Amino acid sequence: MAGITDGRRELEEDFERDLHVERQLLNMGPSHPATHGTVKFMLELDGENIADIEVQVGYLHRGFEKECESGSWYQAIPYTDRLNYNSAVLANVGFCLAVEKLLGLETPIRCQWQRVLASELSRVADHLTRCGAACLELQAMTPFLYGIEARELNWDLQEQLCGARVTSNYIRLGGVKHGMPESFPARFREIVTQTRTLLADFEKVVTRNRIFVDRLKGTGVISREECLRYAVTGPMLRSAGVPLDLRKDEPYLVYDQVDFDVPIGEVGDNYDRYLVCVEEIHQSLRIAEQCVAQLEKLGAGPIDVVDPRVRWPAKSHVFNRMEELIQQFKTVTEGPRVPEGEAYTAIESANGELGFYVVSDGSAVPWKVRCRPPSLLNLQPMPGMVRGAMLADLIPTFDFINMIGGECDR
Amino acid sequence: MDDQHSPALRRLVELLPAAVVETHARLGDATARVDPARIVDVAKLLRDDPGLEFEMLTDLTAVDYLGEEPRFEVVYHFYSVARNQRVRIKARVPEAAAELPSLVALYASADWMEREVFDLYGVRFSGHPNLKRILLYEEFEGHPLRKDYAKTARQPLIGPRN
Repeated sequence: MAGITDGRRELEEDFERDLHVERQLLNMGPSHPATHGTVKFMLELDGENIADIEVQVGYLHRGFEKECESGSWYQAIPYTDRLNYNSAVLANVGFCLAVEKLLGLETPIRCQWQRVLASELSRVADHLTRCGAACLELQAMTPFLYGIEARELNWDLQEQLCGARVTSNYIRLGGVKHGMPESFPARFREIVTQTRTLLADFEKVVTRNRIFVDRLKGTGVISREECLRYAVTGPMLRSAGVPLDLRKDEPYLVYDQVDFDVPIGEVGDNYDRYLVCVEEIHQSLRIAEQCVAQLEKLGAGPIDVVDPRVRWPAKSHVFNRMEELIQQFKTVTEGPRVPEGEAYTAIESANGELGFYVVSDGSAVPWKVRCRPPSLLNLQPMPGMVRGAMLADLIPTFDFINMIGGECDR
Repeated sequence: MDDQHSPALRRLVELLPAAVVETHARLGDATARVDPARIVDVAKLLRDDPGLEFEMLTDLTAVDYLGEEPRFEVVYHFYSVARNQRVRIKARVPEAAAELPSLVALYASADWMEREVFDLYGVRFSGHPNLKRILLYEEFEGHPLRKDYAKTARQPLIGPRN
């Protein structure tokens, strides 16, 4: 009898014994399905828990700043499209606002409403991608498809407005590429209704889903203080309870004339970030609706500034007058000369504060174009957010940080 | 616009007159050029002074003014969430001694951004816990955002690393 009991105890002890005597090093990425946009995690695992992690960025560095310093100011705009390719218009807006600050330009009211409209459509696309892709990586295919369907519709709208779906190159110095097409408002309303239906379905599947909630609640927590120390901005900062939104706090364009709310979270975990993002989609749609209504009310009119330095003169003038012909020639061959000086502007991009620090020496070529990437700064505190957690928690945390390689590495 | 329009600049000049070289607020951007050796004092004051409260170091970069002396200018952008204010602090360092104290101990956000400036401009930050390249690879030769680094320059190929 005694022998059997002893054997059983031994078995039980063996069962309880910690098998993971050694820590394991694991390379995750740079090419891993969950590290979209190429980033590498050097993980030190203690069993299934993350004992330490080093995040390595830079795999998508394409010399954005160096390229900007070798073309004209105009030639930098398409490069900004390729920073955050989920929301290209936002980077266009940020860069153009910085250069316009140096030039001392005030854009016409229609242009400003159109920029806000395009920005908000862009933000919706970005948040839809983030939330949809996060579901996909947590093995939920259906909500991903809802999100992607809504994004496709959103891209249809962007195509109609900007002429391209992803890298739109829509914003110009002192204007936008072209005005809102006449057929746009009707299509817009249709798609907004469809998007809301899709979002309702999305939320029904996800928001109170037991598995989704368990995976997100309490994981990837970051405190308000840590956010400030690491200069974290955007939905990540707001999820930690800081109501900082540059659209409210430093209103640019016509954001002071639109009505919208800034959602904030309480604990700063992944679930809060999810809730903040979804609510921001609703708020962005609300802003976009106000923009379309306002643009309809304003009717036809100028969308570009009248400034020969940055915009072409009217074709009728170019073909009939000497001065305008010369101006057009200079604008096309050389590009605008920007007054000497430095300027920093920050806009609220989908990921947070997207800043541009531009320096001009008075020539037609930028001396310095610095992009302050929210992705890089939001990714920096990640080790502290996942240390000690399960390896699987790294996935939703990384998803809701929404690091975009193009913007992070530039 | 002179610095009288920015309360933050006024307070900075008032409390650390010896560290500030010059100030301006052109285009509405409050800017102060400071002595690089005193950058930690300036940052500490900006963060801890109850009249300033700049909790965030939002941006850190450098500009290469090739041909001027001192050659490099390191540019810091601070943001106060509490007061919704911004200030730009700049410090010039010469090429021969392109080094200034690190702010990592005060602002955690400085870590990667200082590494980036080191990587792309070759400006060093003394006291940085892990000053190594961030965007480029270790074997990269030179610092590509320096104005005398040709855009067409090619780098030696490196084999796989293990």
